[in-house]
Amino acid sequence: MKPAPLIVGAGPAGIRAAATLVRAGLRPVVVDEAPAPGGQIYRQPLVPDGRSPEARYGSEAGKAQRLHAEFAGLLNRIDYRPETLVWNLGQGAADLMHAEKTTRLAYDGLLLAAGATDRILPFPGWTTSGVFTLGGAQIALKAQGVSIGERVVFAGSGPLLYLVAWQYLTAGVRVAGVLECAPFSAKFNLVQGFFHEPRTVLLGLRYAAALRMAGVPMRFGASDLAVAGETRVTGIGWQEGRRKYHLACDAIGFALGLKPETQLADLAGCAFAFSPRDCAHLPTRDGAGRSSVAGTYIAGDGAGIMGADAAERAGERAALALIEDRALPFDAARAILLEKQLATMSRFRDAMAKAFPFPEDWSIADETLICRCEEIAAGEARAAIRQFGSTEINRLKAVSRLGMGRCQGRVCGAGIAEILAEESGQSLAAVGRLRGQAPVKPVPLTLLDTLPEAAE
Amino acid sequence: MSARFDVAIIGGGLVGTSAALSLARSGRSVVLLDKGFCGAQASGVNYGGVRRQGRPPEQLPLAQRAHGIWPELARLIGIDGEFIRSGHLKLARDEADMATLEAYAARVAEFGLDLELIGRNSLAERFGWVNSSLCGASFCAGDGHANPRLVASGFAIAARRTGVDVREKTAVTGFLRLAEGFSLETETGATFSVRYLVNAAGAWADTFAALAGEPVPLTRIYPSMIVTEPVAPLMSVNIGMEGGGIYARQAPHGSCIIGGERGAVLENPDFSRPTGEGARTIMNRTAEIFPALKHAQAIRFWSGTEGAMPDRNPVLGLSSTMPGLIHAFGFTGAGFQLAPGVGEVIADLVRMGETNTAIDAFSIDRFFAPTTKTARIPYGSGAGLLPQPEKTGVPS
Repeated sequence: MKPAPLIVGAGPAGIRAAATLVRAGLRPVVVDEAPAPGGQIYRQPLVPDGRSPEARYGSEAGKAQRLHAEFAGLLNRIDYRPETLVWNLGQGAADLMHAEKTTRLAYDGLLLAAGATDRILPFPGWTTSGVFTLGGAQIALKAQGVSIGERVVFAGSGPLLYLVAWQYLTAGVRVAGVLECAPFSAKFNLVQGFFHEPRTVLLGLRYAAALRMAGVPMRFGASDLAVAGETRVTGIGWQEGRRKYHLACDAIGFALGLKPETQLADLAGCAFAFSPRDCAHLPTRDGAGRSSVAGTYIAGDGAGIMGADAAERAGERAALALIEDRALPFDAARAILLEKQLATMSRFRDAMAKAFPFPEDWSIADETLICRCEEIAAGEARAAIRQFGSTEINRLKAVSRLGMGRCQGRVCGAGIAEILAEESGQSLAAVGRLRGQAPVKPVPLTLLDTLPEAAE
Repeated sequence: MSARFDVAIIGGGLVGTSAALSLARSGRSVVLLDKGFCGAQASGVNYGGVRRQGRPPEQLPLAQRAHGIWPELARLIGIDGEFIRSGHLKLARDEADMATLEAYAARVAEFGLDLELIGRNSLAERFGWVNSSLCGASFCAGDGHANPRLVASGFAIAARRTGVDVREKTAVTGFLRLAEGFSLETETGATFSVRYLVNAAGAWADTFAALAGEPVPLTRIYPSMIVTEPVAPLMSVNIGMEGGGIYARQAPHGSCIIGGERGAVLENPDFSRPTGEGARTIMNRTAEIFPALKHAQAIRFWSGTEGAMPDRNPVLGLSSTMPGLIHAFGFTGAGFQLAPGVGEVIADLVRMGETNTAIDAFSIDRFFAPTTKTARIPYGSGAGLLPQPEKTGVPS
């Protein structure tokens, strides 16, 4: 008997994929790092905290509840493994770690719905205590009911900037300011976005209006961010054109949009190509979510940033592809409809990428730390590039230790690529991507073995 | 029009780049061709042991020559490559292992490694961070370790700076033996005409040996490593173990690098990855032998491709079929420490046709039975002249 398919991730894409496979009579294994399903966007509290779904998820409460309920209904028809990390993939099997024990699981069909993480570029003081990513700030609030500070500034770019600021404001935290790195003029692209997804754009405008009404300073075209404070954040400085500004605060949430988590696709052997929209090397896939490796499918933000609604559809579409490839009956009309919807959402995402563009000229001073794990400053990175004539990011890693530490480039990769591109006079596409290596995240040396298994 | 050089070297690993540097320093014009990036294969991704202890006696003259070069790296290539003469401690699990270590020490006494045999109590006293259940060890104070990524890249940069024409992403697709020297063809279309040709292509060298009519039983192995998060200074020496199983060192920035087990080859056989099972085995073994690392985490694994000969000795010396061709490959488990010495030996062979370092044991014709060998000299070994150049090519 064939082993079961393996779904990695229990966010919107993973949940919809699981439901679709179950409907086709399959019993997938669903592995997720979180203790409860929902992914980052619909993350559930670790312990009941008395907050209503509306208070936790705002406008998206209905979707969150529906997905949570849908997953609950699947529980006895799938093999669900929460708090489990896929730390290695290879030879048709996955190494899964749970409670410091590891097991090797053979699968037939791999559906990666690994989600995304914050994309950041370094700026002076970014490692100071009190600086969080936007996603991190949101998780603290959503899952644990904790604020990152008492007087918080949110900075960077991307729709999450306004959403998180609004969520903090609504939760009663003092939001000292919202600093958008893109110019205000970029927001005119939202007009085009409105055409495809009016509700999403209106929601964004509502968040911005609420922040404005509450008297939160909202600035555009902020560049040269710099954290004030030696041991803790005491403020943030920035520039608009030549004018310099400063705001006092005790915490900062910062990110420049999201970046897909692609390490598992890399370990699975998927081909990658540079995506100008996401400014990143992403696994290639067809409209259905098939990667270049037979039997490996990719869906959701882990394949390219499209948001939660698209992730649901992509998860379902990829699952249909898996079903079709297993020669089981599948709903072809549904597949066509999903692809059509995804195409529309992709056009919306084009507009959003223009409305919240990744900065083109993010200058990184020589003194600024670029690789936090290995404690390497931008100046040292530049010196290594010059000394060794580096043109390719993995070769640079080899001679400089950049991206070699605990995070394995997940945090610092974008900054390293930026510096290498600038210093070697190449495009981000040309400098390549840091090759994924196991373990995907650190694992204890004392990792114990349990018997190898095949999913049934 | 072919570019003319005295010497062409196939392979930008440590052997190729150190030979290139040595030849360029003595005034030879050199072109160095690598199918990818210099130092991107075994030379740059090996464990980083700079060790003579444990080598078979026939390798020791070469190892001693290299031994003299390592402390001079900063002068030679401009960086020290994090070379540390820490000493190499080879552990014995039991009395039988210890007896083997004692026998080895007696056998290589004449080579001047100054091995020191350490008993159980002394091991616990001097190396308290090693599991106290071990039986003893043999210590070679003059050995050490270095950072292969830096050393391999450093030699390539130094070679380029000294005038070597380093061509990366330039795979050699074939060569011809001409009346005098060789002509080379590459994937990029560039062609070269040279007096001498060095086959330093590592795990890919068998293809070029075959082109010279010298098929060799080279196999590929994929050693696999794990790296811990940085920890406080712990391993003061480079660690090995009698009978294999584990080798370990701590890099200056704090990470421990531990090898053992073998990786699995990927779809593209030029690449490999550690297996989950293999990595876990090394991790567990590490926590057992070095109890202080019990709570450490592994943050990275890697594997590389090494060319190995069945008798565990390299191939180093003149071709038995083509004058002007020099082979230097198959250094698995030994290449990193030896490479700077090998580069000089290759330079000797180009300059003088011989070397003072004993390398007879590494001759390529040890793989050919005498009768076969005679039958396999279509090029007229030593004659240097061929009636018609015969085209050879790498099968695609």
